[in-house]
Amino acid sequence: MSAVALQMVCVAGLLGLAALAIVLGRSKISTPVIYGATLAVSVFALAGALRSLLGGAADATTLTLPVGLPWLGAHFRLDALGSFFLIVINLGGAAASLYGLGYGHHEHAPHRVLPFFPAFLAGMNLVVLADDAFSYLLCWEFMSLASWALVMAHHREPGNARAGYVYLVMASFGTLTLLLAFGLLAGPAGGYGFAAIRAAQHTPYVATLVLILMLLGAGSKAGLVPLHVWLPLAHPAAPSHVSALMSGVMTKVAIYGFIRVMFDLLGQPSWPASVVVLFLGSITAVMGILYAMMEKDLKRLLAYSTIENIGIVFASLGLAMAFQANGLKAAAALAFTAALFHALNHSFFKSLLFFGAGAVLTATGERDMDRLGGLIHRMPFTSFVVLVGCVAISALPPFNGFVSEWLIFQAVLQSPELPQWALKIMVPAVGAMLALAAALAAACFVKTYGVTFLGRPRGTTAATAGEVDRFSLAAMFSLAALCLLAGILPGLVIDALAPVASQILGGRMPAQSGQAWLSIVPIAESRSSYNGLLVMVFITLAASLAVYFIHRLASHALRRGPAWGCGFSDATPAAQYSSVSFAQPIRRVFGTLVFHARDHVTMPPPGDLRPARLRIELHDLVWNGIYAPIASAVGFSSTRLNRLQFLTIRRYLSLVFATLVTLLLVLAIWS
Amino acid sequence: MQMHSIAFDISHTLAGGLVLISLMMLYQDRLYSLLNVFALHALVLSLSVAWQAFIQDAPHLYVTAVIALVFKAIVIPVALHRIVKQLGIHRDIESAVGIGPTMLAGMGLVALSLVLMLRVTSDADPLAREDLAFALSVVLLGLLVMVTRRNAVSQVVGFMSLENGLVLAATGAKGMPLVVEISVAFSILIAFIVIGIFLFRIRERFDSVDVSALDDFRGERR
Repeated sequence: MSAVALQMVCVAGLLGLAALAIVLGRSKISTPVIYGATLAVSVFALAGALRSLLGGAADATTLTLPVGLPWLGAHFRLDALGSFFLIVINLGGAAASLYGLGYGHHEHAPHRVLPFFPAFLAGMNLVVLADDAFSYLLCWEFMSLASWALVMAHHREPGNARAGYVYLVMASFGTLTLLLAFGLLAGPAGGYGFAAIRAAQHTPYVATLVLILMLLGAGSKAGLVPLHVWLPLAHPAAPSHVSALMSGVMTKVAIYGFIRVMFDLLGQPSWPASVVVLFLGSITAVMGILYAMMEKDLKRLLAYSTIENIGIVFASLGLAMAFQANGLKAAAALAFTAALFHALNHSFFKSLLFFGAGAVLTATGERDMDRLGGLIHRMPFTSFVVLVGCVAISALPPFNGFVSEWLIFQAVLQSPELPQWALKIMVPAVGAMLALAAALAAACFVKTYGVTFLGRPRGTTAATAGEVDRFSLAAMFSLAALCLLAGILPGLVIDALAPVASQILGGRMPAQSGQAWLSIVPIAESRSSYNGLLVMVFITLAASLAVYFIHRLASHALRRGPAWGCGFSDATPAAQYSSVSFAQPIRRVFGTLVFHARDHVTMPPPGDLRPARLRIELHDLVWNGIYAPIASAVGFSSTRLNRLQFLTIRRYLSLVFATLVTLLLVLAIWS
Repeated sequence: MQMHSIAFDISHTLAGGLVLISLMMLYQDRLYSLLNVFALHALVLSLSVAWQAFIQDAPHLYVTAVIALVFKAIVIPVALHRIVKQLGIHRDIESAVGIGPTMLAGMGLVALSLVLMLRVTSDADPLAREDLAFALSVVLLGLLVMVTRRNAVSQVVGFMSLENGLVLAATGAKGMPLVVEISVAFSILIAFIVIGIFLFRIRERFDSVDVSALDDFRGERR
């Protein structure tokens, strides 16, 4: 059986599970049965994808099913790029299913989640497998609808209906732009198969339009600023393991779509296109993390952080386009590999962090960080793995986030080789923006971890929380282990990504397997190298020695002393740093510009016993500047057009008649 | 050559006659006379189709002609006569727009369709061109009848004459398959039955088939 047929069997299995979930309905056994079977199918599909990526996937396998458009059929194809994204999807799917085995027991409406969960996974797999525009769009829409149903699983909770609505509007808009993009690519002859599109010559005019449409379509699904508005609403609204899938995996499917069209179908990219992608990517990275910094809802913060990481990936893809347009194959392969590596890493640690947020939500029922705190005592294992996730996403060695961001900066450092002055000047600026985003991300996750897990509990639920179940912990620990493994053995990942780069770009990074001590060398030994394993060994040794000497030379006994309360004798937990107060310096520096942030302090007059109040005013300029005017324009015009619904039959006929006559007149005058 | 020219003239005359009868429909302000003109319309259509069948040597078009003759020229007008009699509305005068403006609009539409069709299809067979131009006029005039009438029965008649225009276009263009023709004929028949039933329901409910009664019922201002 060919590799693609194997994957299609897995997809069929997932769809069958969705049907089974409908049959099982609300019965007790449905949760373990569905998640267990989804786990098995995902692992199977993952193994198939790994085999096809590692075992010489240069020869793509295809499959044509006699469904869909009668003259086209449904084409499916598995190549190196597809295999890589299938690995991301099915790894995320397997982890989410494992997590769901435990987390699903707390679900009060499992019949609203279970049928859509395998369907959503099947949809994402199908998008990656599709090999013609029609199947691609159909699967894309299926994926969107399945995830929309999951967002609406808890539809009675406040805000979720609005989240679902905004998501639906944005998803429809995205699909519309993709439809137009594929229409342009197929051309007047209507060659909707990807093979035909790849073979055709595209004029620069078409390529520019397709770039804009793909940035709108794939960008709205991935969360490029300013198309990100649905993401922080919809991702947190879904159950946590689905949030992990949407944030960690579905955004990657959007990136897949962008790569497939811009690099594969459109052929050679042009350098002005890369300027646009670089610009949007870097803006998205900084804006995303600034939004995250201002946020105090744990899951919304993670969703905003996804936007930042998508920005990093897009900036790196922009670099790859710039290098590829100038024929710098090695540098292009470096940037491209770094982008894919970061996408993979982000799927690891973002899923891990969403699982952690779900664990906190299960244990305390809270998502607001300012009511949490001190969870490290109540949930030691969860705290440990979330710490791993926070360190990884903050791009600190020896974890995986560092490696991919380091590779991206290595690619940025190749910019002097670019011939265009615009790029020569812009790429270092993009590097600076990415560095800013990375630093802000570290600050953001210090805040997240510190406020949620350290300090003293700010509420009774946080004070009485308990550790979560074994399945959830197993899922989180396996992802944490993957974060560490990818961080200390990056050479393996880079070598595994080589077929993808050579398929898409025609070039690859130098093989890392021959390097001594498992170092990675992106360009040449003389330029730069990194060894995650040695860094980890050093960190471990240094930390162990420090701990040993402190305990050896100081005291073994654990001593508890009174904390210094800044002169207050009975400091309440509310006096601790909150997420808002932690973010205050950054809000002062960036918020005034980006959010028009204002702090209002209300001081009671002397003698009044009321407490002083601090009120913070933040404006989402993207929403107020783009979406609110569009919404009010649509509202205004639909109120006006509403009168059309109440005309007499004769007037409707007259309207039809008048339209027909007008069109005929136009034709008569025009031709 | 001479034969061809005669064939052309006759089909031209029949199609032109169809347009003329469509224009006649515009100024009929009594239902009975409108129905009679409609029957004449369908009769000319069936003659035209039969002539097309003869000159194109396409026997299946004779079936279309017979369908047009039996259903549109006989069955439907007779049935509509009975409906009008049962409803007791044969005295109604019911055009929403005056005869003068309607006739002017009708002439404008004929001119528009002639200008348009002759220009758009400049490289087609002359017979098909003129046929299409006349057919488009008939369609537009049928719509005009529907728009300018208040009474549901006369709107039905307008719809049927519109469909006659479609049949004219299809037969002139050499080659609507028989299956399509029959299905069109049946759909018209079914539409006629459904509309007939609705007419009686409207009548039962509102004591009138003036569609403005429906609007009053919906609480609309006009």
